[in-house]
Amino acid sequence: MSSLTLTQAINAGLRKSMEEDPKVVLMGEDIGTLGGVFRVTDGLMKDFGSHRVIDTPLAESAIIGTAVGLAYRGFRPVCEIQFDGFIYPGFDQIVSQVAKLHMRTHGQVRMPLTIRVPFGGGIGSPEHHSESPEAYFVHTSGLRVISASNPQDAYTMLRQAIACDDPVLFFEPKRRYHTKGEVDLDADLSRAPAMGASRIVSAGTDVTLVTYGPLVSTALDAAKAAADDGISLEVIDLRSLSPIDYGPLEESVRRTGRLVITHEASETLGLGAEISAAVTERCFNYLEAAPVRVTGFDIPYPPSKLEKHHLPDLDRMLDGVDRVLGRPNSLSGLEG
Amino acid sequence: MLEASANSGASPQPGIHQLIAADGTGVDDEELAPLVADVDDEQLIQFYADMVTIRRIDMEATALQRQGQLALWPPMLGQEAAQVGSIRALDQDDFIFPTYRENGVAFLRGADLAGIMSTWRGSANTGWDPHKFNMATPQIIIGAQTLHATGYAMGLVLDGRETLSIAYLGDGATSQGDVHESMVFAASFQAPVIFFCQNNHWAISEPVGLQAHTPIAGRAPGYGIPSMRVDGNDVLAVLAATRWAAARARSGGGPSFIEAVTYRMGAHTTADDPTRYRGVTELEEWAAKDPIARVKAFLQGRGKLDAAAEAEVAARANAVAAELREGCINMPDPAPMSVFDNVYTTEHAILDRQRDHYERYLAGFAGTESATSKLEGSRS
Repeated sequence: MSSLTLTQAINAGLRKSMEEDPKVVLMGEDIGTLGGVFRVTDGLMKDFGSHRVIDTPLAESAIIGTAVGLAYRGFRPVCEIQFDGFIYPGFDQIVSQVAKLHMRTHGQVRMPLTIRVPFGGGIGSPEHHSESPEAYFVHTSGLRVISASNPQDAYTMLRQAIACDDPVLFFEPKRRYHTKGEVDLDADLSRAPAMGASRIVSAGTDVTLVTYGPLVSTALDAAKAAADDGISLEVIDLRSLSPIDYGPLEESVRRTGRLVITHEASETLGLGAEISAAVTERCFNYLEAAPVRVTGFDIPYPPSKLEKHHLPDLDRMLDGVDRVLGRPNSLSGLEG
Repeated sequence: MLEASANSGASPQPGIHQLIAADGTGVDDEELAPLVADVDDEQLIQFYADMVTIRRIDMEATALQRQGQLALWPPMLGQEAAQVGSIRALDQDDFIFPTYRENGVAFLRGADLAGIMSTWRGSANTGWDPHKFNMATPQIIIGAQTLHATGYAMGLVLDGRETLSIAYLGDGATSQGDVHESMVFAASFQAPVIFFCQNNHWAISEPVGLQAHTPIAGRAPGYGIPSMRVDGNDVLAVLAATRWAAARARSGGGPSFIEAVTYRMGAHTTADDPTRYRGVTELEEWAAKDPIARVKAFLQGRGKLDAAAEAEVAARANAVAAELREGCINMPDPAPMSVFDNVYTTEHAILDRQRDHYERYLAGFAGTESATSKLEGSRS
């Protein structure tokens, strides 16, 4: 086991995938000589050469579109989008080409792209550097969407994503880049949990709290704080956002009868909306209360001095828990 | 009010390379002539036959659309020389990234006629295996394929191969950001890609002058990409220009850009009505520059195409059209459950659940009449 930051774990995952498969090439802005603005690709150009770690001109549509051409030739491109808010110029190539080519060609052309996206807020950045655009891609058929919350998952899930024959959006919780954790670099991929599997990260009995990416550690803090108050939270890390692995979630909600969903992305048609609908359909007779969403507001990402009011934090999660339990909460007196 | 000013852009301008003039007389172009010095009368007759055949395909497909056998068809009438001249300059392992209008190119590459039609009938999203024919599927998003061609060519460099990729695009596409980005990437990585732009003067109803105030070929040098402007209705000149670009690509010279100046004699698609936006004078002007008539006149002028040979070419084209019609009208509809196929390469829990549900749902209609069919029955 090695103690690595999340950044180092992703770097190690890229290195391992490149060693195992000569068809893996990295593409992106500033990923070569600089090693990426977050240093995720640090040292890889030096070790693998500029033909496999490609500093591209500044054009996101072209990064994705030329990766499509490379995939036609049998490569496995791993594209870095420098920041979440920069992905939109590449949106058309992702949804109209990457996502559809396998179906369009009756399975004759595969698009094994991995698109790495540092996402989410909490790092005090200017506009376009703190967004959570995952729902757009979850809504797009043909893509798989995943997000790792810790170094071990980041290492394993990235390797699984690169090995996957479907295109995968890999959302990296950038405010957790410096979180350290133990990583088994020699772990056998075939024995690792499936890329699409969700996981109970803290067992509990009263309320199911589900999230992914950057908010998993906040949710774990919430579980500790709630325990001090005599409330037992079961925290689930979704890991895969498309498809969502509902098995553990359904099983949990059948036990607790109460569900809180939390994410940084805005509320309307976010992951929380889909999960709330799906769990209600699947577990209606087990629910003691309507599922509660604790999310970012339906606003463009605010200036960083205001982001703490937008991002769900420990207290907002606990308020959501109070709401689902019918305890005094921010809406007391307003709702039944 | 902001009003775009559109150049007419309709008449050929100086600087357009040509080897056969509109009246069928030979033109001495020092730059192009050596590139096609090996082309003999027999080959030229073959190009003539190619053009006659794809025009016949175009005619048959248009008729099939009118008869309700195809959902839509994008005519290539008038652009036969551009399609034939370019494809005949390529090797079979050169990879083609076409638009939706290169159906003549697809046929000449070897794609099955019924397969080509399946896309336009609404039966399939693609009519051939891209890997088998080294030709991507018809691209509908304007300009998107130029990036794919560039990426493929970057892959050729990585693989140390001496083949090339070619992106077909139209004059309308040159306004798209993807085309700009692809030329930037192609130049930066010296990718062996040919940008083959058929300037057919119209992007649905918008004249080329709205897309570009100066000749389109003039843009490429700004990216560091050599370009050539060629008479797109002159099959020999198009062949020569494409050979020029291909030779550059194969010898490590990087990307090239060709503007083939041609004219879309038909509608944008069978759903379009060009009489709403262009006059007959323009059409007549271009009819006089017809790509097939000029090569025929050129060959006849040399005593190389007699009535019997001409009839034989027409008969073979008719046979192709008959095969096309047969393949089209006998094409089975895809199976209902195939709607779920190939979205992913492996299982996907959410989609699998929907598939199972829909299968049960369909099975529930066994022996009963659906409300939809009752409603349709009552209306007919």
